[in-house]
Amino acid sequence: MSDNQNPPADTSHEVTVTPQTGNAVGHAERFPDPGIPEHKHRLTDTDPRAAKRAERTVTFLFVLSILGTIGSIVAYVMVPPDGTTSGVRLSTLLIGLGLAVSLLGIGVAGIHWAKALMGDKEMVQERHPLASDDATRADAVKDLNDGLEDSGVVGRRGVLKGAFFGALALFPLAIAVPLIGSVGGDWNISAFKHTMWKRGTRLAIDPSGRPIKVADVTVGSVFHVIPETTEEFRESHEWITEKSKAVVLMVRLNPEDLRTDQSPEGETWSHEGIVAYSKICTHVGCPVALYEQQTHHLLCPCHQSTFDIADSAKVVFGPANRRLPQLPITVDDEGYLIAQDDFAEPIGPSFWERLK
Amino acid sequence: MSTATHDTKREAPAKPTTPVGKAADYLDQRTSIGVAVKEFARKVFPDHWSFMLGEIALFSFVVLIASGFFLTMFFEPSMALTTYEGEHPANMHGQLMSVAFASTLDMSFEVRGGLLMRQIHHWSALIFMASIVVHMMRVFFTGAFRKPRELNWIVGLVLMILGLAAGFSGYSLPDDVLSGNGLRITDGVIKSIPVIGSFMSYLVFGGEFPGHHIVPRLFTIHIFVVPGILLALIALHLFLMVLQKHTQYPGGGRTDKNVVGYPAAPVYVAKMTGNFFIVAGVLTLMGATMAINNVWNYGPFDPSPVSAGAQPDWYMLFLEGSLRLMPGQGTEWVIGGFTLPLNVLVPAVVIPGILFTFLFVYPFLEARVTGDDKEHHVLDRPRNKPVRTGLGVGFLTAFIILALAGSNDLIATHFGLSINSITWVFRFLLFVGPVFAYYITKRICLGLQRKDRELVLHGHESGRIVRFANGEYIEVHTPLDEQERWLRVNYEAPAPLAIAPKTDARGVKRKGYGSDKRWQGLSRFFYEDRVEPVTPAEVEAAHSHGEHDELTGSERQTVEAGVGTTSQEH
Repeated sequence: MSDNQNPPADTSHEVTVTPQTGNAVGHAERFPDPGIPEHKHRLTDTDPRAAKRAERTVTFLFVLSILGTIGSIVAYVMVPPDGTTSGVRLSTLLIGLGLAVSLLGIGVAGIHWAKALMGDKEMVQERHPLASDDATRADAVKDLNDGLEDSGVVGRRGVLKGAFFGALALFPLAIAVPLIGSVGGDWNISAFKHTMWKRGTRLAIDPSGRPIKVADVTVGSVFHVIPETTEEFRESHEWITEKSKAVVLMVRLNPEDLRTDQSPEGETWSHEGIVAYSKICTHVGCPVALYEQQTHHLLCPCHQSTFDIADSAKVVFGPANRRLPQLPITVDDEGYLIAQDDFAEPIGPSFWERLK
Repeated sequence: MSTATHDTKREAPAKPTTPVGKAADYLDQRTSIGVAVKEFARKVFPDHWSFMLGEIALFSFVVLIASGFFLTMFFEPSMALTTYEGEHPANMHGQLMSVAFASTLDMSFEVRGGLLMRQIHHWSALIFMASIVVHMMRVFFTGAFRKPRELNWIVGLVLMILGLAAGFSGYSLPDDVLSGNGLRITDGVIKSIPVIGSFMSYLVFGGEFPGHHIVPRLFTIHIFVVPGILLALIALHLFLMVLQKHTQYPGGGRTDKNVVGYPAAPVYVAKMTGNFFIVAGVLTLMGATMAINNVWNYGPFDPSPVSAGAQPDWYMLFLEGSLRLMPGQGTEWVIGGFTLPLNVLVPAVVIPGILFTFLFVYPFLEARVTGDDKEHHVLDRPRNKPVRTGLGVGFLTAFIILALAGSNDLIATHFGLSINSITWVFRFLLFVGPVFAYYITKRICLGLQRKDRELVLHGHESGRIVRFANGEYIEVHTPLDEQERWLRVNYEAPAPLAIAPKTDARGVKRKGYGSDKRWQGLSRFFYEDRVEPVTPAEVEAAHSHGEHDELTGSERQTVEAGVGTTSQEH
């Protein structure tokens, strides 16, 4: 009830207003500023014993800091890491604790010193408007105009000015062109569309590189697969880049569980329930590595896109839009799993020219 | 003649005799440093704990530079492949890895104090970003971004974005599995950009992902480009702060024309130095006791494995959450054969774009709808700007929901919930939560302002219940002292903009009326609901029309009923 000016709370908008008329006679519009509150003395200002105590505390903290520094150096010398994880942890802990005591000692001492012993009477300084005064502005404008006048180009010598700005605008090109030309390597972005899989490449186990026989693939098992290649190639940079596109997840389902895959009319891309899909998520490219056997769902641990392996790896949840591309596989004469060809579409995240 | 007297005047003081005096004289004769000392030595700075938040950011940056220097002595930014020869950690021995990863292991296991410095560096980066964000919250909610500080708000925002860049580029340097997958996600985001995306990816990686250029490139960005710009902008940020003098909280004697506080020397020199050592000490304690980013548990980068439950550093969580929440179905468009993956573009580019744009334009927007062209040096109490405070809390709510969504897998495993339902709840909350938070916050602010009015008009409840001769009970209220009253009445409650009518005196349609009308609409949104400060007249009125909260002389004779346990409104 106390605030009679308030309209009911259910109106769409409300203004709690100051009545400008009425019994305002004899009152200022606003309350006056009471000024800075009265200064209150601290205990250390009034009691010399308290001041002495604060002084001793500050001194003690600085001494503690010195001891921390010494402790840190002692730890460095006396407790060398023996190389094991726990040894490194111990060394880290001891050096760190010493350093922390050394730093915190100075810090706490400084602040206690400032708060307990340094002057705490509040001071007042004036502020001045930031804008410069009119006379200064006028002088500044005049100076600028004089400068322009002296340059001798105001309103004339247009060709000179054009040449000047042209030269300034163009010279960075001499740096930018070689830089941009080289910074992107060969700029051959069509490489996004191909992987190293080709007709007859054997499927091999990641990371050992051992080729996989059909007989080794039991129903329900999951294989992380790479294309078979030489050991030497697998120790090169090119391999890491190629592997980033070529990794495959292979699963053997009960053939009756496999509802569909991506094989077009007249072709068979899977082999007796064995399907191989690109492991690179079609969302932003994380390896899709979590397979749930009961549901045949494949989950990307980065952003939780979920794909149904039993149903052509289509998206069942999450931010991915497209199914995982399927690697067409078959079996060679020796019983090894091989690729029929490269993926039929670009693997991994979408990009502008993906379908071009 | 005047020059002669000037010269004699100058020679009048005695030659300095102490070593310090001589040094000062030497320096001053060459640099006129006396002017600067006179200007700054006793310069007054206002005091408040929240002014320390920016300092924490600054000091974390100093710790980052110091620990980062240590790390560069041992880190080798090369992606050349090598076999790890070190005996420890045992699980890494003999593995093929990049030189960058091997040198990270080496500095952790072989360099004494190396792991400590790595951990201090990483914790400092997390605290650096956290203190920037909290500092920004202080500046936002108290209106410290108002004229003349709009430009410094922009500088601060750029500093925050550079902080993100520094954190991201540093996180990726060790070339481990986690950071490699982070880069891979970045690559996916870059590729989603229309027209130039694929070329941008090549530009960043020097070819296809991951190639062998990215670590050296990020290294240069991390230790040279970003810190260089950061340093320059921090200098500008502090220069503007000193030039414009610090803002102060409202209170008796504090106005837009003065600064009330303590002198730089000795109080702030001691407090700031102390604060630096405390920040450095706490970061060291964190680095010493809390393991962070044990890259040897993840192993060197390999494009095939990834672990569940992996999180980016906290300041990147909102982007991660944004990516996770976007539904994929129907959000990838093919236009004329070109692919436009909105399922990546919207969460990774558009949503952060909206968030940052809000922060960049807000000071100018608020000044426009307030019709405000004055300098402000006294801060607002957040309750006195209900819409601003509500918008700020709404913004934070969106940020926090996105960050939580970036941890939805951890929430699922820790609380045994379905990841799908959590994701759906967050998708829903992202739209509803900020609006709800805005509304609630605004109502709370208006409520607090009403409470302020109530206190000023009627005083504090004293808990003393009094019975009158006629049997009526009242509770005695104690009037506010003038300092507290000043705190509660000293604010402006601006009204929505008034605009000129649609047509001028001759009935001709006015140009620019439509635009004025829209600004007025926005201004209404800000200031339609407001609670104006109490005036002296109102206090007088409240006391004169028979309020019972003060005991007049005759009533003092009434019997006191004693202190009731319930304080009763009457």
